[in-house]
Amino acid sequence: MNEPDKKRIWSEYQKEIADDHYFYVRSCIRQSFFPGSEQFFLHLIRDILGKDIYENPSHTTCTGIGYHTDIVPFQTIMTVVARHFALMKESGYKNIAISCVTSFGIYTEIIETWKHFPEELEKTREYLLKATGREFDIPENMAHTSDIVYKFRNEIASKAKFRLVNKKTGEPLKVVEHIGCHYSKMFPKYGVGGAEFPKVLSGMIEAWGGEVIDYPERRHCCGFGFRQYIVQANRGYSLSNSVKKFESMKPFKPDFIITNCPGCNMFMDKWQYTIREMEGRTYGENGLSIPVLTYEEVAGLVLGMNPWELGLQYHMVQPEPLLDKMGVEYSKSDKFITKDGKPLPAPEKLINV
Amino acid sequence: MNSMVDVLVIGGGVAGMEAAGQLARSGYSVILAEKEPLTGGHLKNWYHLFPDRRDGNEVGEYLDNLVKNKNIEIRNNTCITGITGRKGKFTATASDGQVVEAEAVIVATGFDLFDSRRKEEYGYGIYPNVITSADLEKMFRNGSVKLADGGVPARIGFIHCVGSRDEKVGNLYCSKLCCITAVKQAMEVHEKISGVKTFCFYMDMRMGGAYYEEIYREAQEKYGVSFIRGKVSEVSQGYNGRLVIKAEDTLAGRPLRMELDMVVLMAGMEMSDAGEILAGKSSLRRGENRFFSTADNHTASNRSNMKGVFYAGTCTAPMNITESISHARAAVTEVVSYLREKKQRDE
Ligand code: SF4
Repeated sequence: MNEPDKKRIWSEYQKEIADDHYFYVRSCIRQSFFPGSEQFFLHLIRDILGKDIYENPSHTTCTGIGYHTDIVPFQTIMTVVARHFALMKESGYKNIAISCVTSFGIYTEIIETWKHFPEELEKTREYLLKATGREFDIPENMAHTSDIVYKFRNEIASKAKFRLVNKKTGEPLKVVEHIGCHYSKMFPKYGVGGAEFPKVLSGMIEAWGGEVIDYPERRHCCGFGFRQYIVQANRGYSLSNSVKKFESMKPFKPDFIITNCPGCNMFMDKWQYTIREMEGRTYGENGLSIPVLTYEEVAGLVLGMNPWELGLQYHMVQPEPLLDKMGVEYSKSDKFITKDGKPLPAPEKLINV
Repeated sequence: MNSMVDVLVIGGGVAGMEAAGQLARSGYSVILAEKEPLTGGHLKNWYHLFPDRRDGNEVGEYLDNLVKNKNIEIRNNTCITGITGRKGKFTATASDGQVVEAEAVIVATGFDLFDSRRKEEYGYGIYPNVITSADLEKMFRNGSVKLADGGVPARIGFIHCVGSRDEKVGNLYCSKLCCITAVKQAMEVHEKISGVKTFCFYMDMRMGGAYYEEIYREAQEKYGVSFIRGKVSEVSQGYNGRLVIKAEDTLAGRPLRMELDMVVLMAGMEMSDAGEILAGKSSLRRGENRFFSTADNHTASNRSNMKGVFYAGTCTAPMNITESISHARAAVTEVVSYLREKKQRDE
């Protein structure tokens, strides 16, 4: 692969990412399945990087999953998003930080719709005013939370306790990055590095010492695809998409997968369990499965956070093989306990343990 | 430097050389301004021409001989950046400060090949064995078709319509020549590499020229080139280093995934940068496809919106060499009539 030309493509899609004062909007999936990521993001921004980030307690779901399954009409979702913008305005913020690729896709789609069809913007203003008495401004800067981590990747690298390097061999860890279709496939200009050779996650991996794998199904869907999964009859389709991706990355021997989108993380993690149960097939080395981490989890490991405080144990594929490679120390007994030391029920069928 | 001639021809490619040569034969004084160090345009880089597969150099020699005329002054390395006209005289300025005055102007700024790196999903510039049709012509000229590591490709795919008929890159038009170029090139690789397998991925096969359909047939019957109707969606690289393409076979109604050693992108034609610069510094009008727009599509395809400024060749639309030469000759007819009428009026 010709690196200079790849860099040229990346350099053509440089988006403006605000460097402070973020209005944070959470992700439904992340809060439910791996809340440690959002928790750590706020800690990273506030305490490690010393920035201002605010979340408004009245913030709700973006209704994106309802929208993508044809339950929530476009006018409704536009009004929901407009309400978030109204909360941002009322809170005195101009830079939105969106913690979910599905939501990010929704926000970009809506903002582009308003640009091209100003009458839709006017209608939305009217709906929101009638329904809630609120008014809103379009954000001055819109970033996905991974954009912000990307922006500060070198600061994170300078504070790193661990690098993405195999401690035993000294070789960089091999990483599959998956940005999620809704991050930049619809509107490449909103993503760092565009849609074809995106930089957002690979930039982090390189800054932290790892090596990104370019494999044939790199751009392929993780398998979630909303209807492919949510309509129960289609789930085989969802699974077969994931299989295609795993089969394609397997020969490159990835040490872990880093994801941008909560949906992708869930599916690439949990479908590995399903495939193993159904067919006995695994995609990591030595019969193991490939750990699937969010970018905050990877940043947290690099910065020396306790993996159990990051919540890595709440993925189906357990991270121990990766932690061992990186040389991260962890306690086996503390894995499933609460902060104040009480035992938590341990899931039964975790894999890689 | 200030010079005065009958006609300034801007662009020393096929159309510009033909126009300059024909004007000179009729006794007109001509300055032929070419932005590159040598005349000949894209033809210089082409190996064999379709449909008869003659050596492109033969046409090049014809044009070189044509412009060897005492009435023609060739100015290489001269990029004309603007034209203004007053009282039937045109003043053209070049990027290096040269000024040329002429009674009439022929714009023959030609086309540029679409920069295939803009179709990022095909990985041109990123994967070394993704090349363009122009790169393949260079390989033909150098005598062998080789992979980046020096190996011989066993499977080659040709992707049609790269940068043409594509809303995403802003070019809705068909470049007209790339289908036939793909057919010609596929046949030529068969002649150079025995046992090679070739696949052309097309939207429609546009075989609109004399003998095009015949060679399309020959490509299938004699050489076994496979034609697959469907656009390639992406090119990537597999673990073994081979290229992997994804496409849809729209005739079979199936998605398709294939390993190839080499992918050739049939790059389309776009308004040239030189034309863009000139358009920016003159009042010449352009069409939606960004090429210069002619005064009338049917009856005045050589006339511009500036009286006394004429067009020749692919600065107005994609054309093959035969058409470029014919269009240039037609431009000369227009110029000759214009200059005669002007002279009569002046007397
Ligand atoms: S000539 Fe063929 S390859 Fe070229 S743009 Fe037209 S249809 Fe596409």
